[in-house]
Amino acid sequence: MENQIKDRIILWLIRLFFYFIVAIVGYIIFDIVYNGLSTLSWEFITGFPRRSGAEGGIFPAIVGTAYLVFGAIIVALPLGMASAIYLSEYARTGRFTSLVRLAITTLAGVPSIVFGLFGLGLFVIFFGFGASILSGSLTLSFMILPTIIVSSEESLRAVPMSLREGSLALGASKWQTIYKNVLPNALPGMLTGAILGIGRAAGETAPILLTVAAFYLPRLPGSIFDQVMALPYHLYVLATQHPEAEKVLPMQYGTALVLLLLVIIFNLGAIILRNHFRKKIQW
Amino acid sequence: MKNWKEKIIRLLLVASASISILIVLSIFLFLGKEALPFAFDPGLSALWGTRWIPVSFKEELFGLLPLLTGSILVTVLATAIMIPFGVLGAVYIAEIARGPERDILKPFIEILTAIPSVVIGFFGLVVLSPIIKNIFHLNTGLTALSGAVLLALMAIPTVISISEDAIRSVPKSYKEASLALGAKRLQTIFSVIVPAALPGIIAAIMLGIGRVIGETMVVLMVTGNAAKITFNPMSSVRTMTATIAAEMGEVAFGSHHYRALFWVGIILLLITFGLNVIAQKVLKRYRTVE
Repeated sequence: MENQIKDRIILWLIRLFFYFIVAIVGYIIFDIVYNGLSTLSWEFITGFPRRSGAEGGIFPAIVGTAYLVFGAIIVALPLGMASAIYLSEYARTGRFTSLVRLAITTLAGVPSIVFGLFGLGLFVIFFGFGASILSGSLTLSFMILPTIIVSSEESLRAVPMSLREGSLALGASKWQTIYKNVLPNALPGMLTGAILGIGRAAGETAPILLTVAAFYLPRLPGSIFDQVMALPYHLYVLATQHPEAEKVLPMQYGTALVLLLLVIIFNLGAIILRNHFRKKIQW
Repeated sequence: MKNWKEKIIRLLLVASASISILIVLSIFLFLGKEALPFAFDPGLSALWGTRWIPVSFKEELFGLLPLLTGSILVTVLATAIMIPFGVLGAVYIAEIARGPERDILKPFIEILTAIPSVVIGFFGLVVLSPIIKNIFHLNTGLTALSGAVLLALMAIPTVISISEDAIRSVPKSYKEASLALGAKRLQTIFSVIVPAALPGIIAAIMLGIGRVIGETMVVLMVTGNAAKITFNPMSSVRTMTATIAAEMGEVAFGSHHYRALFWVGIILLLITFGLNVIAQKVLKRYRTVE
């Protein structure tokens, strides 16, 4: 009897630990949403910043982030999908394959600030792109590449073997089989990975800090060799570098909320897309 | 004709897959290229010092030890917080939580991995730091502890999800045998299931540590950025990542300071690379045993 009570207490302690984390996650989201909502307005989203960000809106930062993310995804998506197709459909176990896999897990673990240093050394200095959208996008694309490869490969592997065998038995070539039978079925899963990659690229600060982000630039970029403002960097600047950091707190909360909404929308989108197709496709 | 097409496509796919290898190699190469001249002038021994004063009219000092101890202090604290929450969280989700509870709360906790680190850092700056300042009666809430709490929080979903996989992949027969022998549910969990899943849990913790060491924005915003050697959690510290982020923007290209920052990057890269490789080895061996 005594033992049973002890067990129950321990069980509730474990539950307490778990719900503590749940509560903190809930509180972070609540705090940002609650305090950010009062700043959120049409003018805030579509207006240009004034007085070094103390007033006005964050439109250039939103546009800058959109450019960076778009640039990152058009480079990383084809590369990632092609790598995944190779790994799932062509690769045999061997030295090259395990080297590729080691490279992918290594890339996934490289700290984001090191990606920033790398982008600085390679794109900004060696290629002479300077601090620009081009340098920033390419740096981000390398960073999200592992996410895209891993989720694309997973969805390719989920396509049953029988689909490939049937096609091959009818005389289709390997690529025809992949293109007509495997890819269409794996595409939703691959898109999910792409969306998750977009979410990550939109929120990263450290890599763009060294390769593209402008402190305060209240206009839109003219070319891919221009610097831009970006949402995460803008939040960092307002919160830590602004001379009147306390006074611009509403602007900080507003920016944080827009950023948070952006990544949560992307992640929810990815989850909904995945569930939708998981239900629809039944092998 | 058809055969040609197949071959070209195959070649393109191989080339794409090789790009990951190429990127990893060029990361090492370009970090090395910018860092190397420092080894000749002023020499690597300059890095082995106790003071980091990179900008000075008298003598510039590039001792990395304060940055290293800063990173270590924050990481150790964060790991100490992350382990109980991560492991018990995984036990709860894998063995105790029931259907709907698990289906809702697990993805909810995973939202944490999606929240940008700058937002977590901002939350730390305006909400957590004042709390820590008040609880411990400090002059500033920007301490190693503040950073560690937030970093632990960011790593916990990773630890939970990988540990949970490890716990789930323990053969059901272990659990059944233990219960059949009359062991209680908790006894079974902590004497049979968790020990069997231990390698996977350790790998999960290592991957969590890798995330903590490499995190930049949170520590930059909430640890106070004082480059000094200390092991007091209530003190301000400056980590390696924060140093690069804070100083690279103002540094003169090609200067000693610039090159020293690249050395900091190399050290970070090597640490996270090592942790990753070991964690993957453990996970792999573990998966083949199943």
